[in-house]
Amino acid sequence: MSASGTPEIQVRDLHKSFGDNEVLRGIDLEIRQGEVVCVIGPSGSGKSTLLRCVNLLEEPTKGQVFVGGTEVTDPDVDIDAVRRRIGMVFQQFNLFPHLSVTENLTLPQRRVLRRDKAEAARIAAANLDRVGLAEKADAYPSSLSGGQQQRVAIARALAMGPEVMLFDEPTSALDPELVGDVLAVMRMLADEGMTMMVVTHEMTFAREVADRVVFMDGGVIVEDGTPAQVIGAPSHERTRHFLSRLLDPAMADVEEEAPDAAEKGS
Amino acid sequence: MSGADTQVQPRRSGLTRRQKRALSRGVQYAVFIAAVALFAATADWARLKNQFAQWDLVQQMFPDVITLALKNTVLYTMSGFVVGLVLGMVIALMRLSPVGPYRWVAGIYIEIFRGLPALLIFVFVGVAVPLAFPGTEIPGGTYGKVALALGLVSAAYMAETIRAGIQAVPKGQMEAARSLGFSHARAMVSIVIPQAFRIVIPPLTNELVLLFKDSSLVLFLGVTLEERELTKFGRDLASQTANSTPILVAGLCYLLVTVPLGFVVRRLEAKAGEATR
Repeated sequence: MSASGTPEIQVRDLHKSFGDNEVLRGIDLEIRQGEVVCVIGPSGSGKSTLLRCVNLLEEPTKGQVFVGGTEVTDPDVDIDAVRRRIGMVFQQFNLFPHLSVTENLTLPQRRVLRRDKAEAARIAAANLDRVGLAEKADAYPSSLSGGQQQRVAIARALAMGPEVMLFDEPTSALDPELVGDVLAVMRMLADEGMTMMVVTHEMTFAREVADRVVFMDGGVIVEDGTPAQVIGAPSHERTRHFLSRLLDPAMADVEEEAPDAAEKGS
Repeated sequence: MSGADTQVQPRRSGLTRRQKRALSRGVQYAVFIAAVALFAATADWARLKNQFAQWDLVQQMFPDVITLALKNTVLYTMSGFVVGLVLGMVIALMRLSPVGPYRWVAGIYIEIFRGLPALLIFVFVGVAVPLAFPGTEIPGGTYGKVALALGLVSAAYMAETIRAGIQAVPKGQMEAARSLGFSHARAMVSIVIPQAFRIVIPPLTNELVLLFKDSSLVLFLGVTLEERELTKFGRDLASQTANSTPILVAGLCYLLVTVPLGFVVRRLEAKAGEATR
């Protein structure tokens, strides 16, 4: 369901260094409204840093980021106002452990959006229902499974009414049997037309749900296209190598540094 | 061949390991029993009873020892604790500030007040401040002075405890709050500090116990009859009557509070240990 229209997220010539370590080396990326883009790549490729630059959790060294027409990287921007429009889901869930599930959803609405108690509670209940956790409303995060915590975290972000959702390896910290529930919620959001940028290792999800897949390596975008192009028929050697190792880790050879052992990946 | 022989561990005695262990235990018990017996035999029991267990003196101390002395001790402690907590919170936040001078001031404060004896602070507040700034009056009389002196001392310790607590809250909590649109200050107040306080409740309770004991230093400020706390109360009566019973009673009154508090601290620590996911 690739929608057309103005880009919701626009990244221009983005650079980010941590000290001497240049993690992003010039990224250009556009994500249209309603588009679901999966960012894949080996660890250390800069994909999480790119995602965190979109809502300025990391300050870029150089370059610009626009979300919904507002320049996020403008030093004078009201960053708190911009972030209200951008939901973020973390690998480690980051629920507030001292608050119940419902309070996790209502406190940000009340403190940030100044919604009154009744409205915040209503929106919280509706979003918990959406992720299938209405019966956990009064539980505390520590009593929930990882998959349930992550769904609550998604509901918490949704309760703020974001235009864009960022997912930073949302299933990487989960036991394998719990991954499906979280992916199902993300698939539902995609079907509803949410603009989503997802850093993930779930190739099945990327193949089936994403409109576009972006492969990053060494701080640059190597390949950008439909899932069929990037995952199905990658044109770059680095992409093929990465995918073959991901799809069949047991087949990887002990290698020097030259990546020519992955001919058969397709 | 003789070389192989010397490699074998030589037997030092004919005892097995179990026998050696039993012997060692036996010696330890014997030493303990001998020490107790020696004390019991040599102590002048009549004199000790006379000095520490004068029942009529005990009766004479009640109810004042509770209604006046213990009450004042608790009052001094609590007021010092509140001042210390507020000041400690401010200093902890200064210590974490991105503004250099705030960090330096907080660091210097902590180093100074952790390094000085509490007694010196009491003398400073009680004597030096009135002399240095004539006409200034610390509000609340003795109570105000004690609150200030105890607060100044405990703030340094509490600031370090609270800072450690804030830093122990995972970074992801701040990031999650910021990503939802919280400002830094609001995220601190609503998300980070409440969690930090849960972490520091056991060490802060411990600090309360220390303050409870330090409140005895009020002795050096010169207090009226009505302002006496446990130590002063016990000492006055002990010197009046040339008998140590009041000291013993005052000591027991301290334990009445510190022992249960210590128990609470251990419970809280055990609970906090379980709660860490």
